[in-house]
Formats: sequence, structure tokens, C-alpha cells
Amino acid sequence: MPDDVPMMRIGSNLLVTLQGDLEDATVEQIERVVTREVARIQARGMLIDISGLSLVDSFVARVIARLVGMARLLGARATLVGMQPAVALTLVELGVSMKHVHTALNAEQGLARLQGLRDDRLDG
Amino acid sequence: MTVSTDNAHLVTIGAESDLLRVRTTLRAESQVAGLGLTSATKFITAGSELARNIVRYALHGQGEVLIEALEEGSRKGVRATFTDAGPGIADLDAAMTDNFTTGGGLGLGLPGSRRLVDEFSIDTGPGRGTTVVITQWGR
Repeated sequence: MPDDVPMMRIGSNLLVTLQGDLEDATVEQIERVVTREVARIQARGMLIDISGLSLVDSFVARVIARLVGMARLLGARATLVGMQPAVALTLVELGVSMKHVHTALNAEQGLARLQGLRDDRLDG
Repeated sequence: MTVSTDNAHLVTIGAESDLLRVRTTLRAESQVAGLGLTSATKFITAGSELARNIVRYALHGQGEVLIEALEEGSRKGVRATFTDAGPGIADLDAAMTDNFTTGGGLGLGLPGSRRLVDEFSIDTGPGRGTTVVITQWGR
């Protein structure tokens, strides 16, 4: 499965795409592979695109939050993009807090946000 | 209420990989019942939480879920009955409280599932296993 994790490097950013109905073990494997890749390429930013996930339960949400936290420890700002409205409503009612996770509507906005962060850093 | 038993599916749960089959069956029956996208997503998510509870907490991680199509007048629905012969839940009030967990999870499985569905009932006790029934209605 690690070979199948859809990841794309865009400059110093990493784009990760989660899609389909994922087994718990697969989700955790993706987490390990992506974390290693963030360190390997010294990513400054990471976009996690979950537009292809029609279901995010508390387990998947927890792993995503953990992945974002680990990326942060490795120096990469992560943004979660593409959450389907039905998934967002479900997570809120389920009681899953993603308050420490930055989100954007889609990959384009997420990338713009990462670029903005870069510019801020350069200006500062 | 009329339960259409010619459209019932029993899915056995014995490993994490069975969660996919549970979700797939719940999704298919949600479509048959004409649930809207949000309603179906909530129902399938609740079912995923309950199936994972069985894998985590039940005896040998084993149990089953019976998924049935419902008809009541002009409306259709789906009912899923999760059964396991595990240790049961001694303190149900605590288990139905957000963030209470004995297994290292988020502790949202039971209370969260209850919020996601139209109807929720649970029958449990020490040594007699756990049965959770959830129902979602279409319009």
C-alpha cells in the first residue's frame, strides 16, 4: 500500500490525496509513509486532499489530526482541503474537534494559503 | 411498522477489514431507502463507529450486524442491529458520555453515534453482551 499513497511534490509542498473507502490499517500506513516523506523532502507545507473521502469517522479523523500534528513537529504547515459538506456536518455532530487543523475549501485555496505563508515569512 | 425481511443482510464482524463490508452494505441500503446524502453519511458513519466498537471491545472482536429495510406508510428507512457477546458495558451512563473511553479511542463512538441517527437504543450489561439498534428514515 505505501507505494500506492497518492503524493505529489509541488515545490517545497507535499500534496497528499486520500480517496476511497479506507481500512484502518491502510490509514495508519498512509500516516507513516507521509510523515517519512515530509521529513525526507523537508516539506514546508502539506495539503491533505480528502475530497475523495465520502466517509470520515472518528478513527480516520483522529489519524488525520495526528498526521497534521506530526507534520507540524517536522516544520511543515498542513492544511486539510476538500472536505465534503456531508462529512463536515457528520464530524460536528459526532463531536470530533478538528480545531487544531487548518482547513480550506479546495486544493487551490489551500495552496494559495501555503504560498501566502511563504511570502509572509520572506517579507518578515 | 412493516419490516421488509426479504431485504435483510447479515454481516459478520471479526476483524477490522470487515468494517468496509459493513459500510458498503449500509451505503447500499441507505440508497434503497432513499436517504439523502447527509442523512446517509451520518448513518454509515454511526455504523462504522459501532462496528469498530465490536472489533475493539467484544469478545475476540466478534459480532454481527443485521441490516434491514423498513417501510412505514409511505416512508422508507434502514435499521442496523449490532450484536456481540462481549463483556457488556457495566456503566452505561459513563459510556454514553462524550470522551469516556476504556480503549484509547476518542470515546465518541456511542454518544456520537446516537447524535447521528434518528433512533438509537442499546441493551447491555456485564456478561451479557451488547446490542445496539440504530435507525435512519428517508423522507
